[in-house]
Amino acid sequence: MEISANTLRSDVVKKVSEISGENLSACYQCGKCSAGCPSADRMDHIPSQFIKLIQLGMDEEVRSSNTPWVCLTCFICTVRCPKGIDIARIMEAARLLKSRENVDHFEVSSLRAALEEGLPPIAVVSVFRKHTAS
Amino acid sequence: MRISYYPGCTLKSNAKNFEDSAIASMKELGVELDEIPQWNCCGTVFSLASDDLIHHLAPIRILLRTKETGSDSLVTLCSMCYHTLKLSNMRVKENPDELEKLNNIMYMEEITYDGTVSVYHLLSLLKERVGFDKVEERIRIDLGSLRVAPYYGCLLLRPEGVSIDPNIENPTIMSEFISAVGAIPVDFPHQTECCGAYLTVDNKDLVVERTYEILESARRRGTEFIITSCPLCQFNLDDRQKQVKQKFPEFEEIPVLYFTQLLAFAMGLDKKALRFDLNYVSPLSILEDKQILAIKD
Ligand code: SF4
Ligand code: SF4
Repeated sequence: MEISANTLRSDVVKKVSEISGENLSACYQCGKCSAGCPSADRMDHIPSQFIKLIQLGMDEEVRSSNTPWVCLTCFICTVRCPKGIDIARIMEAARLLKSRENVDHFEVSSLRAALEEGLPPIAVVSVFRKHTAS
Repeated sequence: MRISYYPGCTLKSNAKNFEDSAIASMKELGVELDEIPQWNCCGTVFSLASDDLIHHLAPIRILLRTKETGSDSLVTLCSMCYHTLKLSNMRVKENPDELEKLNNIMYMEEITYDGTVSVYHLLSLLKERVGFDKVEERIRIDLGSLRVAPYYGCLLLRPEGVSIDPNIENPTIMSEFISAVGAIPVDFPHQTECCGAYLTVDNKDLVVERTYEILESARRRGTEFIITSCPLCQFNLDDRQKQVKQKFPEFEEIPVLYFTQLLAFAMGLDKKALRFDLNYVSPLSILEDKQILAIKD
């Protein structure tokens, strides 16, 4: 990956900080968030790397990473970070970068198939809230 | 004791086995769950964005409804509802200006919400206000050597402010409950690890793998039943066993019950209270094998 003056000027840091309310620069890359993350092995960038990408303003990488979409919002990272950073909020902010541009991650057209499986209402409401521009 | 009760959408649909077993077993303990009138969906997930206020409207309106009935406590069964109501309540208590904005939006309501309702999960209510000793006194069926593992998942414990147990990494409240109903609690390392949650809708494979990992971890400790308190965990750990079996043919099914179903069973309540018919993996064959089957029609 290439880091240029342009990437460092990208507004991804500002946006994620504003939406999450978290101080990204407090992260000292200890990796504790990644060590306990149950989804880390499916992520393009494990949570600590993902935070680094944001810190560096790597807008493209942040937006195309699958990381926030396989994050389960389980709050393990949040309760373990020695710097008190609420990483689950950073993942939410990263999802919202896409949702607020009115782009859905969940294919709404696949809802019928999902409903036929007898999914509970909480599953359906949650996926709309977390993975669509609702 | 009477207490205001918020069921949420899923307890009225997929998780009737949770609601029916809870209402019946609480009645045995002298606890009347008073369903609040005109309730709405809580939105299921707590919004984690600083600039997003509107998604707190639904949970706060539920707390306003509770206050309207003259009550200052609300109990929920579903872990997701519990988590969302509890965190939204905390947020508006810390931010009076946000509460004022939400009250302004709810201008059609007859009262305003002032942050004074306390949100409980049924397990905390049982431990703190009823007492596990009272639960123990009401048990009629000897569960003998039945080995039951608690599955907490995430939302009863994390983040810190919502936890129903003082120890968020090694909670014991569910094991204490299992001992109170007369079964043997099994400790297993995945009891507080996420089941994959709502990714069950758009990333089924991830959930199938998580379920397999969690259930196998429990089995290695000799688990016969798992109990849970979240209808989404229950769906992922129970119904998804169908796909687990397809992917891992050697896998053997494990019944996953709501904790209130285990309680109602140990109290000797009837079929209508247990609703085992709504569980994908039936607990009946294990109960028969262990000769502790005593279900009344
Ligand atoms: S646990 Fe906290 S400080 Fe450590 S890498 Fe993760 S976010 Fe950074
Ligand atoms: S909240 Fe997301 S990033 Fe944090 S541990 Fe859970 S799955 Fe991983």
